[in-house]
Amino acid sequence: MTKRKTGTARRALAAAALFGAAALGLASTAREAAAQEGVYVPLFTYRTGPFAGSGIPIADGMRDYLTMLNERDGGIGGVKIVLDECETGYDTKKGLECYDAVKGKKPVIVNPWSTGITLPLIPKASVDKIPILSMAYGLSASARGDIFPWVFNPPDTYWDGLGIILRYIGQQEGGIEKLKGKKIGYIYFDGGFGKEPIPLFEQMAKDFGFELKLYPVAPGDMQNQSSQWLSVRRDRPEYMVMYGWGAMNPTAIKEAAKINYPMEKFVSIWWPGEDDIRGTDGAKGFKMINWHGIGTDFPALKDIQKHVVDKGLSKANKDKVGELLYNRGVYNSLLIAEGIAQAQKITGKKMVDGADVRRGLENINLDEARLKELGLAGFTGTLKLTCDNHNGHRSAFIQQWDGAKWVKISDPIEPMADKVKPALDAAAQDYAEKNAGWPKRTEPCDKAS
Amino acid sequence: MNLLYALFVDPWVQMGQAPDLLVQTLWEGLVSGVLYALIALGFVLIFKASGVFNFAQGIMVVFAALTLVGFYEMGVPAFLALALAVGVMFLLAVTVERVVLRPLVNQPDIILFMATFGITYVLIGLGELIFGGNPKRMITEQLYLPKGAVEFKILGGFVSLQKIDIAAAIIAAIMIAVLAFFFQKTRIGRALRAVADSHKAALSVGISLNQIWAIVWFTAGIVALVTGIMWGARSEVSFALQVIALKALPVLILGGFTSVPGAIVGGLIIGIGEKLGEFYWGPLVGGGIESWLAYFIALAFLLFRPQGLFGEKIIERI
Repeated sequence: MTKRKTGTARRALAAAALFGAAALGLASTAREAAAQEGVYVPLFTYRTGPFAGSGIPIADGMRDYLTMLNERDGGIGGVKIVLDECETGYDTKKGLECYDAVKGKKPVIVNPWSTGITLPLIPKASVDKIPILSMAYGLSASARGDIFPWVFNPPDTYWDGLGIILRYIGQQEGGIEKLKGKKIGYIYFDGGFGKEPIPLFEQMAKDFGFELKLYPVAPGDMQNQSSQWLSVRRDRPEYMVMYGWGAMNPTAIKEAAKINYPMEKFVSIWWPGEDDIRGTDGAKGFKMINWHGIGTDFPALKDIQKHVVDKGLSKANKDKVGELLYNRGVYNSLLIAEGIAQAQKITGKKMVDGADVRRGLENINLDEARLKELGLAGFTGTLKLTCDNHNGHRSAFIQQWDGAKWVKISDPIEPMADKVKPALDAAAQDYAEKNAGWPKRTEPCDKAS
Repeated sequence: MNLLYALFVDPWVQMGQAPDLLVQTLWEGLVSGVLYALIALGFVLIFKASGVFNFAQGIMVVFAALTLVGFYEMGVPAFLALALAVGVMFLLAVTVERVVLRPLVNQPDIILFMATFGITYVLIGLGELIFGGNPKRMITEQLYLPKGAVEFKILGGFVSLQKIDIAAAIIAAIMIAVLAFFFQKTRIGRALRAVADSHKAALSVGISLNQIWAIVWFTAGIVALVTGIMWGARSEVSFALQVIALKALPVLILGGFTSVPGAIVGGLIIGIGEKLGEFYWGPLVGGGIESWLAYFIALAFLLFRPQGLFGEKIIERI
């Protein structure tokens, strides 16, 4: 190497070192700044890609509720919430990159918003001391707080959802025992989320004596489902159950209408939104599970409009505020905020960390009085989490599309605890056994939980 | 024995027992095939003229449809929005030719191929930036495309044909006929075929490569717009559509990268083949075979015709 070249290489190295040092310095300054500003809550969202239709309203609802708390109350317990969105595109790889990017900033909680992203994060949670909130998605078995102390999935697991749907179908038939000899079809997203309830579904088919027909929809064929619905037309199941997401939902509803499938016998898990069904001919009568209110007729939602939307701080269109998936995002942030508030109450600290919030989540008790205090009376049912029960396994109701809006058509329906709990316990034990060295819970339980 | 029966006998028995379902399956396959053929046609046009495998064809379908619906949502009347979408596809073609193809002329094919990856991500970002990432409803009624279905009570059951699917088949047929006329009978068409045969020979007789490339990309853009309208009307206009465009790959393997009739016939074979396969043989393995069956069919064809159904058999002297 010539002298000149050596000199150039040295200068380049020096510049790189200087740049690296500056970058590290900036990063640590940013972390300190974030820590001083308030509690850091990253939101994993997907506003782009094939699942953006479901991801955008949820992201807006989550963000707006927490922004409202910042604007109206100065945060939680006088501490600002430092919000940070990371775009995952509903892609597990990108989600894990998001996790690595936010981990160093000491988040008090993570919301993966994808079962695929949640699953690889579960073993990391106890190591990194960051609780995972997978609200009504993720690993059903993680409801067991004694085995998964760092994971929370309230208010229902996918297995609870299936129990509620089957109980409702049973009610329509005049009793769950009347399912014997019937044929029930299951159309599902052929990924982690859609496959989650299959073992329980198969067990239920044996227990109740109905025939289960499976119709998987590959991620690449979400908008190309004619084969599946032709099979439905051939098999003629008396009821269809759907676990769909993103572009799969509107296509399934259109295809069902196309084959004249009776919509009142087509029941979905809680993910379709208004945009998935609005304007679709023949969609009237379609049903789904839900556990919270729609619209803005709640004081907390009015506050979102006043303190966030009207001030131009929201990314949502005004007419989307209060829609089903927007309010789902609000519910998610209600749990985040309540976890932080409870953590502050238990520890007496204002600046709480992930370990504190984990304890806070275990002490969530959203009773009628608390919901009223939060401006959400009548928005949702009560929810109490404990040291052992990280889910709540709450009742949910069925709502039906009347051609223009959702209409609540059932009383609250309890999940089939007698069927779900043994399966859930077995799955949790199985998970701990299969993952060698799965840590025994050492985190003490608080008195209240 | 049961497996052999399920594989080789039962599907044919089912076809005989419920012929209406067989006809319905064939129709669904035909419609999907027509749409796959349109996407494949976009690939073939560009490959013929420039030797570039345009990975961006799928996102062009989404971008074109998004542009149309996006303009409409901004308050532009439907047919003006359609004209503007055509204009945007023209601008895109000229920009690609000026910014990507012209500077990369004479570079290895793989470089040009990688450049189309770049175009893909630019279009994804641009589409999301301008029109947002949320899915949009195709303006079917505003474009006077038919809605609803025609039902025929035949063969002991019924066959239901969606009017939008019938329209898609007719529009695709017209489009293919117009393209065939354009390439066979017009001066530009002949120039394009000359470029496809040999760039150097075409240049030597005064054909402008730049102009031809811009025209071909524009034509592929129009094909993408039509495909986007039709597929968007069947479902919705979302970024998930670009994944369906990958279904054109087995069509191209089957039909050949340089053959317009190959794209059409290949599209139909793949469309019908995957629907029949999923419907009659899918249940044997729990369903969901459609996503890979198309590749299986294409690869099976390759064993017998490596150049594809209508591809050129290349013989090189050593």
